[in-house]
Amino acid sequence: MLLPPVEYVRPSSLADALAVLEADEGARALAGGQTLINVMKARAAAPDVLVDLAGLEELRTISRGADGALELGAMATYTQLVLSPEVNESHPVVAEVAETIADVQVRNRGTIGGNVCSSDPTNHFLPLMVALEARMTIAGAGGERTVSAEEFFLGVYMTAVGPGELLTRITLPGGRSAGFSAVTLGADGTCIVNAAAGLNGGAPRIAIGCVDAIPVRAGEMERRLGGGELGEEAVREAARGLGAGLDPPSDVHASAEYRRHLAELCAARAVLQAAERRRG
Amino acid sequence: MREPAAHKVVKVEVNGTVYEREVDARRLLVHFIRDELDLTGTHIGCDTGNCGACTVLLDGHTVKSCMLLAVQADGASIETVESLAGEDGELHPLQQAFSARHALQCGYCTPGMLMSAKYLLDNNREPTEGEIRKAIQGNICRCTGYWNIFEAIDAAAKGEVSA
Repeated sequence: MLLPPVEYVRPSSLADALAVLEADEGARALAGGQTLINVMKARAAAPDVLVDLAGLEELRTISRGADGALELGAMATYTQLVLSPEVNESHPVVAEVAETIADVQVRNRGTIGGNVCSSDPTNHFLPLMVALEARMTIAGAGGERTVSAEEFFLGVYMTAVGPGELLTRITLPGGRSAGFSAVTLGADGTCIVNAAAGLNGGAPRIAIGCVDAIPVRAGEMERRLGGGELGEEAVREAARGLGAGLDPPSDVHASAEYRRHLAELCAARAVLQAAERRRG
Repeated sequence: MREPAAHKVVKVEVNGTVYEREVDARRLLVHFIRDELDLTGTHIGCDTGNCGACTVLLDGHTVKSCMLLAVQADGASIETVESLAGEDGELHPLQQAFSARHALQCGYCTPGMLMSAKYLLDNNREPTEGEIRKAIQGNICRCTGYWNIFEAIDAAAKGEVSA
């Protein structure tokens, strides 16, 4: 298909990339392109300039910080996450979730930064970032700033990354056990509902995806569970009623009522998986 | 630094031959391969990134060439289905297995299937049943029901190409 006319540049430094994004408000960052190219085909977006981030090797690195945190470059592909020893050692849930996204070819190109920056409510990584207390580092002409995952997601296709800025890395604090559960269209298809849970000593941190514009914290369920035992019955009981507080969409794939039911199911499964992982 | 431009000279190595062409920034890699380089083995199926008929190897990794701009491939090494058979025309073991096991009917998905299968076997010499299935998850076939494709890849992996 013929795309709308567009200009292209592949900067070799972050400063150059930011300069182009700053200079032209019609410029957009191009990461793996597994969303943006199709969005352009559909004429849902027509950027003036594509700033290809493929030349910025520093955005591809995956490393462990001295404090045990996992540092994920925004341009790390799903395949990189699946294969990374650092990810599998420190946050295996990230590798497991990455392996269920789309298919081999898409995983070879698609990036974690692109996943979160597109802020599509059905994306896998949104609730996971919230549950794992991810910190998102955003670079701009004025330097770097860091926001929490909860501050990062602002709405459908909207994030805290402003004009002239780029998400450069995602930091996942260490010492967490995590779980993720999704009900999808087909084996590894689009999520109908997903949920993630993070355990860090006290009450679990639970986030539900696909039920609103941005991930929703399951605050009441978190309070009910507190720092108590996470046995199967207790967790399923704590999830009861969670759906009633949600206002999910109804569409051809699932009614709102069914999504409320799935939210309870996925939240419980995510917490139970995190608890099992903590037990080792 | 380099300035944004609507056209760019792209240099790529495709199946061992280096090509240099000026292309529009908006041109998809699959059109570049088919229309500029006249390598029409790579097919366009859905043009939405779903069907995988346009799968090629880019620097050793499978990609859907309808979801990539030609300019993004500048400096890369690409392998298409035309690279599989030898110069003497002898088919690649995967192609032999596809032929012997009737792993195609209309053949439209076959170039993409072969490249995905090659990527699997390049990285995993003894794939399990599950790994073979997962490897062709991004390739849609509307004729075969996948079973013969699965058997052909399994046979090629085991070196049982002619049976």
